[in-house]
Amino acid sequence: MSTVSDSQPNPPTPSKIRYNLQEFLDGTGGTVLYFIAILLCLIGAWEGAKFIGQETDYQFELGPIKINLSMTRDLNMPHLKDIAEALSKPSQRQGPPLIEILVKKATYTLRLAIIGFAIGTTIGLALAILFAHSRLLERGLMPYVVASQTVPILALAPMVIIWSEKLFGSREIGMPMITAYLAFFPVTIYTLRGLSDVPPTALELMKSYAATRREILWKLRFPNAVPYIFTALKITAPASVVGTIIAELPTGIQDGLGGAIINFAQYYISGPARLWATNFVTAMAGILFFVTVAFTEWLVIRWKRPSNRLDRWIDTFFKYLRHISPISND
Amino acid sequence: MTAVQDTKTIISIKDLNKEYVSSDGKVVRALQNINLDIHEGEFISLIGPSGCGKSTLLRLIADLIQPTNGQLTINGHSANEARKNREYGFVFQSATLYDWRTVLKNVQLPLEVMRYSRKERDQRARDMLKLVDLTDFAEHFPWQLSGGMQQRVSIARALAFEPNLLLMDEPFGALDEMTRERLNNELLEIWGKISSMTVIFVTHNISEAVYLSSRVVVMSPRPGQISQIVDIDLPHPRGPETLDSDRYFHLISEVRHLLREVHD
Ligand SMILES: Nc1ncnc2c1ncn2[C@@H]1O[C@H](COP(=O)(O)OP(=O)(O)O)[C@@H](O)[C@H]1O
Ligand SMILES: [Mg+2]
Repeated sequence: MSTVSDSQPNPPTPSKIRYNLQEFLDGTGGTVLYFIAILLCLIGAWEGAKFIGQETDYQFELGPIKINLSMTRDLNMPHLKDIAEALSKPSQRQGPPLIEILVKKATYTLRLAIIGFAIGTTIGLALAILFAHSRLLERGLMPYVVASQTVPILALAPMVIIWSEKLFGSREIGMPMITAYLAFFPVTIYTLRGLSDVPPTALELMKSYAATRREILWKLRFPNAVPYIFTALKITAPASVVGTIIAELPTGIQDGLGGAIINFAQYYISGPARLWATNFVTAMAGILFFVTVAFTEWLVIRWKRPSNRLDRWIDTFFKYLRHISPISND
Repeated sequence: MTAVQDTKTIISIKDLNKEYVSSDGKVVRALQNINLDIHEGEFISLIGPSGCGKSTLLRLIADLIQPTNGQLTINGHSANEARKNREYGFVFQSATLYDWRTVLKNVQLPLEVMRYSRKERDQRARDMLKLVDLTDFAEHFPWQLSGGMQQRVSIARALAFEPNLLLMDEPFGALDEMTRERLNNELLEIWGKISSMTVIFVTHNISEAVYLSSRVVVMSPRPGQISQIVDIDLPHPRGPETLDSDRYFHLISEVRHLLREVHD
């Protein structure tokens, strides 16, 4: 126990240090530490599974399930260091490192994903507002909206690409359409929920002002729906990346991640690490998109009390970013 | 119109009935044969046990619901016209602030709907915030305010477009006793400042009703009826000395006895 008198300015007492540590763990430092801890656990689990199962044909049965530990062989689960190595090495002789190629392809895919995401969001919002306005339209059209999502996108994509080529003379135009087809649905559902999930007294307040339907929409229903909309966008952002990759497959276009996945899947036996490296970059693209949407949400919804842990993490994380970034607002 | 009196009749209610029909077809008689005239500048409290139709009566006046039959005129025309003309401000039990608007913007909400100019919106909203003593919180969001402060914002919002009728449905029901007392005084002060403003105030708190009102309307349940109207002849302005006066205690016990009869 330290006994520093109160009159001394900022005495570094042990309790103070412990308090600061607590503060650090609650804030950005904690976020980063938790992230690293979980990353280490995942790495440990991957390499641990390989260590146990490496180069065996050991099989056993667990009830009806046959377990074959040869699954952890290098061919199926490359060492993480091999994946990292594959990223830094050129995939073709004399070419640039794989990471460079993949980043370029990811940029291509992300660009199309963003276009599709934007189109899908617009359609989703428009449908929701239309449905909120007319019960009749909602009842008439909603079954089709739901049905649209039961058609496997994999079956639909080749058709859309063919139509796009016939209609516009370009396969590329069809690709964001497929992404939009996937992205509009959660936006419609969540927005509709947000538009109608208005407290009755909030509506009566508007009624007491003799407000028009349009004013009620733009001053009450829509702002009320904004958090719901962001929930939808956080779902559709990573899904848009997946949607675009699926859309790339039937086009044969080699500029995006879809082409890279097909390509490296074909040469999987000779170099499994490259497909895993591509998966890694794809995941990063999805995460980047998600984080961008989450950041926009944080910028837009400044009026909300940070309610859950994720919110607070994002809050502290971006406060930290703002803190270190040269662009300062205020 | 009736003959000219010393005060104008603002609200005239004749043989008003309200039945709710629930989804399973059951009929609830919420109000039966309500007759009541309210004059300009009065402070009327509606008091009675829960379910006696206080909110129903207030919402009928506000044209938020429609009567089954009977007559209800406000400023000489129908409740619907009064609502369309924005002749009243309504304060709910929960402050009902819009979370995404700052305090200032919340007060501006009715002014936006009513197409006031930007300059006037700003001026009026700031004046109202001064009136409820919340100038320093103009840029705060609702969640950053206590329950009592939120309710003051909602009062400021209801007064922003200067209606001459203020309808309040248990506005202080969810607040602690100290806050309630402070807001009662603030409300009286505002009512005193804005001459000719009529207030209809729903409460189930007897001392609050007596302290604030010029008349207390005691209601009875099943079906909701007016059982008695008590004139509150306490002198104005009211303050701490009112709370200590014998007359105040006397009136409270009078209303309490009436309510006890009603309960059985
Ligand atoms: N929307 C409604 N549908 C059916 N019954 C209702 C509805 N609103 C109120 N009631 C009934 O009408 C009666 C009066 O309600 P209310 O005016 O809210 O009473 P108070 O405000 O005095 O507590 C109660 O019996 C209540 O259950
Ligand atoms: Mg009530």
